[in-house]
Amino acid sequence: MSGHESTYKPETGFTKWLDSRLPIVRLAHDSFVDFPTPKNLNYWYTFGGILAVCLVIQIITGVVLAMHYTADINQAFGSVERIMRDVPYGWLIRNIHMVGASMFFLAVYVHMFRGLYYGSYKAPREVLWLLGCVIYLLMMATAFLGYMLPWGQMSLHGANVIINLFGAIPLVGESIQSWLMGGPSVGNQTLQRFFSLHYLLPFMIAGVVILHIWALHVPGNNNPTGVEVQDTKKDTIPFHPYYTVKDGFAIVVFLIIFAVFVFYAPNVLGHADNYIEANPLVTPANIVPEWYLLPFYAILRAITFNIGPMDAKLLGVIAMFGSIAVLFLLPWLDTSKVKSMRYRPVAKQFFMVFVVVCLLLGWCGASNPDNAVIAMGKDKLVVNYTDSAGLEGSRVFEEFAPAAQFRDEQRDSGGVASMAIEKAPAFTFKTLSQILTAYYFAFFLIILPVLGLRERPKGEPDSIHQSILGHDAPAAAPAE
Amino acid sequence: MKLFRPLLAGLGALALGLTAHAAGGAKHAHAPEDGWKFAKVPAGKLDKDSVQRGFQVYQEVCASCHGMKLLSYRNLGEKGGPFYSSDYSNANDNPLVKAIAAEIEILDPNPDENGDPFYRPARPSDPFRSPYPNDQAAMAANGGALPPDLSVITKARGHGNEGDGASYVYSLLTGYPDPEKIKTKAGEDGLNVNYLEFDKDETVGTLTQPTGLYYNPYFAGDTTPQWDGDPRHAPYGGFLAMAPQLPDGRVEYIDGTEATTSQMAKDVAQFLHWAGDPKQGQRKSLALPTMIYLVLLAILLWFSYKRIWRNVDH
Repeated sequence: MSGHESTYKPETGFTKWLDSRLPIVRLAHDSFVDFPTPKNLNYWYTFGGILAVCLVIQIITGVVLAMHYTADINQAFGSVERIMRDVPYGWLIRNIHMVGASMFFLAVYVHMFRGLYYGSYKAPREVLWLLGCVIYLLMMATAFLGYMLPWGQMSLHGANVIINLFGAIPLVGESIQSWLMGGPSVGNQTLQRFFSLHYLLPFMIAGVVILHIWALHVPGNNNPTGVEVQDTKKDTIPFHPYYTVKDGFAIVVFLIIFAVFVFYAPNVLGHADNYIEANPLVTPANIVPEWYLLPFYAILRAITFNIGPMDAKLLGVIAMFGSIAVLFLLPWLDTSKVKSMRYRPVAKQFFMVFVVVCLLLGWCGASNPDNAVIAMGKDKLVVNYTDSAGLEGSRVFEEFAPAAQFRDEQRDSGGVASMAIEKAPAFTFKTLSQILTAYYFAFFLIILPVLGLRERPKGEPDSIHQSILGHDAPAAAPAE
Repeated sequence: MKLFRPLLAGLGALALGLTAHAAGGAKHAHAPEDGWKFAKVPAGKLDKDSVQRGFQVYQEVCASCHGMKLLSYRNLGEKGGPFYSSDYSNANDNPLVKAIAAEIEILDPNPDENGDPFYRPARPSDPFRSPYPNDQAAMAANGGALPPDLSVITKARGHGNEGDGASYVYSLLTGYPDPEKIKTKAGEDGLNVNYLEFDKDETVGTLTQPTGLYYNPYFAGDTTPQWDGDPRHAPYGGFLAMAPQLPDGRVEYIDGTEATTSQMAKDVAQFLHWAGDPKQGQRKSLALPTMIYLVLLAILLWFSYKRIWRNVDH
């Protein structure tokens, strides 16, 4: 924490010599050993450490995979399988990398929801939050690029869908599109640049992570009460050994879940179609991104209407990028002076709904927008016909027998007739995702700004150590 | 380890929910009645005899149309493979594998000393011979349909749960309608057409098989255009260009097992399951020690945490 004095004392001749030239050991000591950390951090706060482990795992396994991978559309698919078959422990390295992407996102979502709940984006931690958003953006880009590399059906057609989005941008859209693809279509040149960038971005993430930790260590950790540290002695403990051991325990529990996937179900988080080699001539029945991008995919597809001169496609793209952009504005959208939602009874409820909305958006992203969530009534049959006199018409039936009879009568009398299904009116995934998208934006743009001005916070303690002593008992609340 | 079963089942269900499967209402694939031994948690093993028989089925039946370009003959003799023998740590020396390879004649990828292409018996290091020189030839020989490469077919079907792909292969191969139920009538253009009659629940009507295609309830597709009954209750599945391939006694098993349709389908599904992930044995034998190690480490860290924090209110 800034202002906290360094307690590092170099003891050997070498460390004294080094300390006066490059105080790197002092930096590490002050950042990760004697760093004063609030006493009351719960397990939700262990995900920062878990994420650091995830990044390291992805970089190490990724570097090894890159030694064996061939970025060529004729060989990529086979080279990934060759890693699984012929490279010693290649199956393990590849499974870890593949499952690791999902685990990384799982952890980052918990980390972000935790930040949202405890108000970790508010002053003096705005920059910390912004850097986190940058990391998240880079993660999404890296994951998307990486998904392309095995050159399966979903790789190719998913990349096509995403790159086409940029085509919706007016004026420059098409140029951006061909600039990303490196040509008129997704091909070998695209795969090669995606591989190059997929190798580059993780190191950029690592760079921003350093800034993220730096920005964390200036104001110090937020904590579940959202009350700033007032008395370092009473409120904090050194990071080591207290939090190294607590984070260590959480990391190992996380690794157990990680290992369950790697060893027992390595493919369950991916899509089976990606084990079919990419073929530009065959489009999969249903193109879906990886699970961690599904909520944004749902927001993209929720916009099916035009507004003024802007068509649905452009609006969808704006909404999708907007859903991430709004995170960057969050520190200035939330007007509440109280950080932790523990003491914001109304905001807490809206937050819980928000979490459910995000999960449901994921469900919508995985489903066909026209499918029914709840069907209202039964599908009907409609017979379209042109009778012998050339008159066109259609008639709707509930039952098959009379519909077939009517169709056959029309045909027998020299007309043309065909039968089709008329879907029962239904509450579709499209409608659901529109409602959810509206809530997603309302949460940031209306609920948080308004609530901060109107809500009456309840029971915020005066300091961290007081909250610990009272264990947040309601008695701590001032009499009203 | 039974603890993991509900966890995995839950996660599997989650993945099922997340990966939308729009494929026109194919029937859900199922494992053989006695299940898959390899899918048992925590360390189910492949039935080696069954994988060997499955290779025989592949070799004698499937290989005439389907390639497996990601496999080499040596894979058969590597650890976990159907013809692995501990006497031959290098599969290239395994006489059984050598013999299997030598029976097959391949075009050498390199020319002879005069620069002419030449054929020779395969060696264990050679990849499986493809039945067709290229996709176009394969399609021309199969009425326009491309027989998919079977190297990773079991990973390319289902939802990524252990055994999904094998169940698909098994269900498809055993799922063709009983040949006696397929009737023939004269079509409008004078040619005979085959059709099937359905009379179950609301699915009542006649399904006409397009020429050169075969109905299978487990094949993703759409039956409505060929269906004269209520379109809301069209039969599951679709039509594929592969005729039923495994009538009883299609192969004569070397080990004397009775070659019923179901037995052959089960064996070849298990062979393909091995081929899709030949290192699965290694994966499963490493799984339990890793889990035990991690759980012990977690317990140790939990007690360290309790001890270090014992004097801190928090």
